[in-house]
Amino acid sequence: MHVTLHVWRQAGPGAPGTMETYDAPDISEEMSFLEMLDVVNERLNSQGREPIAFEHDCREGICGSCGMMINGQAHGPERGTATCQLHMRKFADGEHIYIEPWRAKAFPVLRDLVVDRSAFDKIVEAGGYITAPTGAAPDANLTLIPKDVADAAMDAAACIACGACVAACPNSAAQLFTSAKVNHLNLLPQGQSERYQRVLGMVDAMEEFFGSCTNHGECQEACPKEISIDFIAYMNRDYVRAQLKNRKLLSQD
Amino acid sequence: MIGELTGNVPTGPLADAWTQHKFDMKLVAPNNRRKFDVIIVGSGLAGASAAATLGEQGYNVKVFTYHDSPRRAHSIAAQGGINAAKNYKSDGDSVQRLFYDTVKGGDFRSREANVHRLAEVSVDIIDQMVAQGVPFAREYGGLLDNRSFGGAQVSRTFYARGQTGQQLLLGAYQQMMKQVQLGTVELHTRSEMLDLVVKDDRACGIIVRDLVTGAVTRHSAHAVLLCTGGYGNVFYLSTNAMYSNASATWRAHRRGALFANPCFTQIHPTCIPASDDFQSKLTLMSESLRNDGRIWVPTDADDTRSPDQIPEAERDYFLERKYPSFGNLVPRDVASRNAKAVVDEGRGVGPLKNGVYLDFAAAIERVGVHVIKERYDNLFQMYERITDEDPYKVPMRIYPAVHYTMGGLWVDYHLMSNVPGLFVLGEANFSDHGANRLGASALMQGLADGYFVISYTLANYLADLLGTPAVPVDDPVFAHAQATVDDQVKRFLSIGGTQSVDHYHRELGKIMWDYCGMARNRTGLEKALSEIPALREEFWKNVRVLGDGPMNQSLERAGRVADFFELGELMVRDALEREESCGGHFREESQTPDGEALRDDHRFAHVSAWESGGPGGTPTLHREPLTFDNVHLTQRSYK
Repeated sequence: MHVTLHVWRQAGPGAPGTMETYDAPDISEEMSFLEMLDVVNERLNSQGREPIAFEHDCREGICGSCGMMINGQAHGPERGTATCQLHMRKFADGEHIYIEPWRAKAFPVLRDLVVDRSAFDKIVEAGGYITAPTGAAPDANLTLIPKDVADAAMDAAACIACGACVAACPNSAAQLFTSAKVNHLNLLPQGQSERYQRVLGMVDAMEEFFGSCTNHGECQEACPKEISIDFIAYMNRDYVRAQLKNRKLLSQD
Repeated sequence: MIGELTGNVPTGPLADAWTQHKFDMKLVAPNNRRKFDVIIVGSGLAGASAAATLGEQGYNVKVFTYHDSPRRAHSIAAQGGINAAKNYKSDGDSVQRLFYDTVKGGDFRSREANVHRLAEVSVDIIDQMVAQGVPFAREYGGLLDNRSFGGAQVSRTFYARGQTGQQLLLGAYQQMMKQVQLGTVELHTRSEMLDLVVKDDRACGIIVRDLVTGAVTRHSAHAVLLCTGGYGNVFYLSTNAMYSNASATWRAHRRGALFANPCFTQIHPTCIPASDDFQSKLTLMSESLRNDGRIWVPTDADDTRSPDQIPEAERDYFLERKYPSFGNLVPRDVASRNAKAVVDEGRGVGPLKNGVYLDFAAAIERVGVHVIKERYDNLFQMYERITDEDPYKVPMRIYPAVHYTMGGLWVDYHLMSNVPGLFVLGEANFSDHGANRLGASALMQGLADGYFVISYTLANYLADLLGTPAVPVDDPVFAHAQATVDDQVKRFLSIGGTQSVDHYHRELGKIMWDYCGMARNRTGLEKALSEIPALREEFWKNVRVLGDGPMNQSLERAGRVADFFELGELMVRDALEREESCGGHFREESQTPDGEALRDDHRFAHVSAWESGGPGGTPTLHREPLTFDNVHLTQRSYK
């Protein structure tokens, strides 16, 4: 294959950036998208030109490190697929491919395609856990968890925190990420004691950094783990309830 | 000087040893814990669980990770599950059996006492992780589900779809983030440890480079915990994540920590075969697939028919044929070597004839496609994305790939290296898996070390240091270590050669795979021992590391590959010295008549712990004898 890349290059945070064009001949269809970038980088290096910085690690779609806008779509054209698992066979010979970093105010560019996603960790810090100090746990089978509940929690917990949902959202909102984190824990029996303070804390932290949700649904389309926006509805329900709930009566539901 | 190497294993009956030892060790009172600074490098299962626990207990913890978020550590990629001796299936499991299976699976090259402790705390891990909200798979009645894994005849593996590592890591990460919010854990992301600082023979801090700003900083503490994973990427192609590297452990080794059993590497039998020269890594397909998939190749090497056209009689289910009692669930080393054997015979499948079939047709017929979907759908989807073939219709093609390293920094029963104050947890240490790790035991060990061992043994070490301040960062030892780091950065940027870092990494990987991979022999190892230093010399003369800014990914890789060169050489040296086959270490000169690994317990029932010889020097071998009082040394058999 022979493709032409248009790539966002930016030397550092706050530096001006620009789209640069690179000719990429002799690309194999079997390559993953990132392997294609590896080859382009090797060629740049041999010409004495600075390679394109991008983040990646596991290359199995689970660590959430990679992510870029490819032809205007977060993680590119294949549904339910992170950039590292996208293969060149999904592109046409001769195609022009536009590659940009995630675009969101909460994710400032550090270099080229690398952005700072630490705002996600701030949301988790604000309540994305169940308090269970080491060593204090009862037997694991003491609490029965209906399979449907465990499966739904797992659907939410599958989030890899790549940031595609934010990048795809016209408002740069992080509702899908936050709701996945909230619901993973709020759906489980173990998560009930902290359910309402969790949702309040995490939503408030989210709003410090990110825009507001206006139900476009782009996040769900872009999500490499195909997490459903139903979780946003569950989160909103819990958030509203949390305002009214008498915490002293929590055990009586 | 390093005297006789002893594991500091408690005496007395094995079953009570850990319990008694916990009572015997010294404590640090809650109000004194805040007086101690602890550095943790790495935020995978071992690092995050240790940070959460020590933070909760009141120590001042600093965590360093080169990732942008602690949640990205490579533990996240573990698919299949985590073992625990819960015996929820009432099929004969017990602490004793998990202990026995692990010692046997490791081909009798691990320390009995460590393994027994691991089996004991395995049950606490499941309780802990469920309490934190890990959504393990459940049965319809709401109880936890289990599956079986290689090397065991019981169902003791807990799992969360094909994403068990992810879910466990998120559990530990979340618990740690709570401590970050409470201020007991200070988080340093995008921060790579580049040297260990040692004063008066004790570990007292680390040197760190900020991967965004390029700033090099000094950090001091009463103890340093390395939780930095394994070194499988020495081979270039492996299932490890691209950033996974050995620099933290290797630089600690250069500062005096012994490196144990470096040649014990695990080749995982079920990975997707390489497709071309541009391959950057290999993708694992969980071992759990061997529960339902049948492994076979055509009987005839020249058979070019599509697999569904090959009748039963012309298929060779070679694992089921050779190992009737374990069948497709033999341990990883056995499965890998047998796959290599049939591919070497020319019976490999796929366009490059470099794989074997893993076939689900029989399982789909037996339990229905919906059940197989429920169990493995995410893995099947991943396979299809990579290969463009649908495993519900066509058998998967798989081949072994480097996956895990049992070797690592030497530690005693307390997980402390021979450098006092330097502790090593998880895959980074050598401790529990002997010469071969059983499936679903890596997650178990990482969490055992971080949650249920280190808080006791660290307190025992720190108790004697009460009232001693940490070494200040303006001490000359810190300046000296920082200068070493600065010099290396300058050196890389000034070479101005012609080849990329990746070029040299690939070349090194080829040498390692060809001569120190699934099967090893004296001739090949000696060849590697001459080729590696030559290639390393060329690397240092001719590598091209460009740099026009503080964030420099080529520079990061250059440092890691430089360390792989030295570690690779040590692995070869260790493989050469160990003239026996055991677990993942297969010396062709030492095999049974039917091609199984043949140990030499008389000469090699020991841990080989190497002391650094310094730059260009020859390493010195120290031996820790292994004794087996509870498990009888036998030739492993899975027939």
